[in-house]
Amino acid sequence: MSTKIFKHIQSTAVPLPIENIDTDQIIPARFLKATTREGFGNNLFRDWRFDENDNPKKDFVLNNPTYSGKVLVAGKNFGCGSSREHAAWALSDYGFDAVVSSFFADIFKGNALNNGLLPVQVSDDFLAKIFDELYSDKDAQIEIDLEQQVIRISNTGDEEAFEINPYKKACLINGYDDIDYILSNKALVEEFEAKQ
Amino acid sequence: MGNTLFDKIWDAHVVSSKEGFPDILYIDTHFIHEVTSPQAFDGLRKRGLPVLRPKQTVATADHNVPTWDQHLPIKEELSRYQVDMLTKNCAEFGVELYGLGHPYQGIVHVIGPELGITRPGGTYVCGDSHTSTHGAFGAIAFGIGTSQVEQVMATQCLLQSRPKRMKIEVNGKLQKGVGAKDIILYIISKTTAAGGTGYAVEYAGDTIRSLSMEGRMTICNMSIEMGARCGLIAPDDTTIEYVKGREFAPKGEEWDKAVAYWKTLYSDDDAQFDSVLSFNAEDIEPMITYGTNPGMGIGVTQHVPVTADVDPTEQKSYANSLAYMGVHDDESLIGKPIDYVFIGSCTNSRIEDLREVAAFVKGKHKADNVTVWVVPGSKQVQEQAIAEGLDKVFESAGFPLREPGCSACLGMNEDKIPAGKYCVSTSNRNFEGRQGPNSRTILASPLTAAAAAVTGKITDIRELLSEGELVG
Ligand code: SF4
Repeated sequence: MSTKIFKHIQSTAVPLPIENIDTDQIIPARFLKATTREGFGNNLFRDWRFDENDNPKKDFVLNNPTYSGKVLVAGKNFGCGSSREHAAWALSDYGFDAVVSSFFADIFKGNALNNGLLPVQVSDDFLAKIFDELYSDKDAQIEIDLEQQVIRISNTGDEEAFEINPYKKACLINGYDDIDYILSNKALVEEFEAKQ
Repeated sequence: MGNTLFDKIWDAHVVSSKEGFPDILYIDTHFIHEVTSPQAFDGLRKRGLPVLRPKQTVATADHNVPTWDQHLPIKEELSRYQVDMLTKNCAEFGVELYGLGHPYQGIVHVIGPELGITRPGGTYVCGDSHTSTHGAFGAIAFGIGTSQVEQVMATQCLLQSRPKRMKIEVNGKLQKGVGAKDIILYIISKTTAAGGTGYAVEYAGDTIRSLSMEGRMTICNMSIEMGARCGLIAPDDTTIEYVKGREFAPKGEEWDKAVAYWKTLYSDDDAQFDSVLSFNAEDIEPMITYGTNPGMGIGVTQHVPVTADVDPTEQKSYANSLAYMGVHDDESLIGKPIDYVFIGSCTNSRIEDLREVAAFVKGKHKADNVTVWVVPGSKQVQEQAIAEGLDKVFESAGFPLREPGCSACLGMNEDKIPAGKYCVSTSNRNFEGRQGPNSRTILASPLTAAAAAVTGKITDIRELLSEGELVG
């Protein structure tokens, strides 16, 4: 089962300049009860997005028609807390292809990469530039070139290189996943077991 | 150059290592539960694959089971559906399930160790971040996401790049009333909630050595709360004694062979760590958290840090966090009234935790303003507690011993803390809404939680103990 193939993203972006956004905020535990991977986008950032009566909270950015796009730009240490992969599903189900932050929690990063959601880690300075640009021009485009590993603010031409594990990059560009890869090495697994 | 404990175990489990690719790491046992497994089973079905090694896969229902009247059908429809789904999936794929009512049922990180499944030198994964608990035995154990659950089911392996190694040493004698939970909350308050990211953390030093296995599990359990991939402690006689004779522990000749191997599992004197931190046990007070991540902890007599003193880029989040918690700059939390006390979760729901709480509350009664939930980590812990009469102690203190499960650790089952209420909790996370929408969590040790249960407010346990109590 391959994941989606992607090489290049160009889109407007949604700014969420909050640090330490944990996976309980991204998708609260009470919504984890589904048994398939789809549909979590409706409850993305549920408690920030809706009040107790399920009315949209006006001041939250996802309810603000000014901002939309395939790229979420968030404060430092995004995705900390619980290992729930539902966080990555919710973001991707909502329609995000990439999250940009100046730091990602370890497990979240892995989960995102396993689910066709690209975590792009940039410097604090570059992150500040993106926020500035988005606040001065809501239609500012962010370009992410996975092959070149470069992220660019289209308006200003500012760009920065980002790191990605070469293996994960190959998976995303070619649309294969971890299970495909390990199963292609099954003989080695059996050899290992035989030695135990 | 010598090897670290972590590297010794890792190297013994590498199936394949290729430049530029993550290692293929062999997994000895895969623990699964009802919440993060259904999509993985679903994925296997879509791929037409079996669970490769069902005998090395252990399932239990813990996250959204009720902790009262477990013999009745689960009331909440979605929870019931997930638990039923687990039963069906385990039957279909040939995986042993310790479901509700089974004598081995319980929180996945409590049952692995108590059944002797978790052993020194092994590799353990589970779709729950607190899998790091099992590292207390000198094992590599970490939480994985659902796609990885599917990966391990399909291949009994996990793709992983080797993390960096950190050593955290704690030396010296603990104050009375201070325990393992305080040590780890103290460490995280120093490293911050992200300070361990990318590391495997080995805990060492004489204070750590002096801890029981239960205490070591509490420490390793919260490794993830500083962002670490996993935590581990070299096995010693305490470890070996604990594993010996347990249900699935090796027996006879196998046992002797295993012990001989376990004795080689330690970091060599000249092993290199990428980072080393040292702490002094005497400096550690009973700890509480005041904010919305586990790094926001202080000694119980200290005051909440002032927003202006926080890193300027984090001041806004910090202020929001204090507002959420209803605490303010420079506040002392001592004497702050609380509403709930939760003693449970994979951090502190083992028999030793319940014994400690029972010894303290014996002959006392809970404060009128407080609801207290004591939730054993497993069926075995529950039975043991009853056999020792701890349930009677709790009952006369005004609260019942409940039935095993994750309970109020995560606001996913029936046990939720109402909005705006304060809960002194022995669990591991104080995130916004973790224990229920808008609930306010104050993380603490079982003793500090018990003290709050009795006084109805945040209390320095040391003051109660100095009145002649013998606990601690
Ligand atoms: S008790 Fe809490 S942290 Fe532990 S396994 Fe259950 S939900 Fe996870």
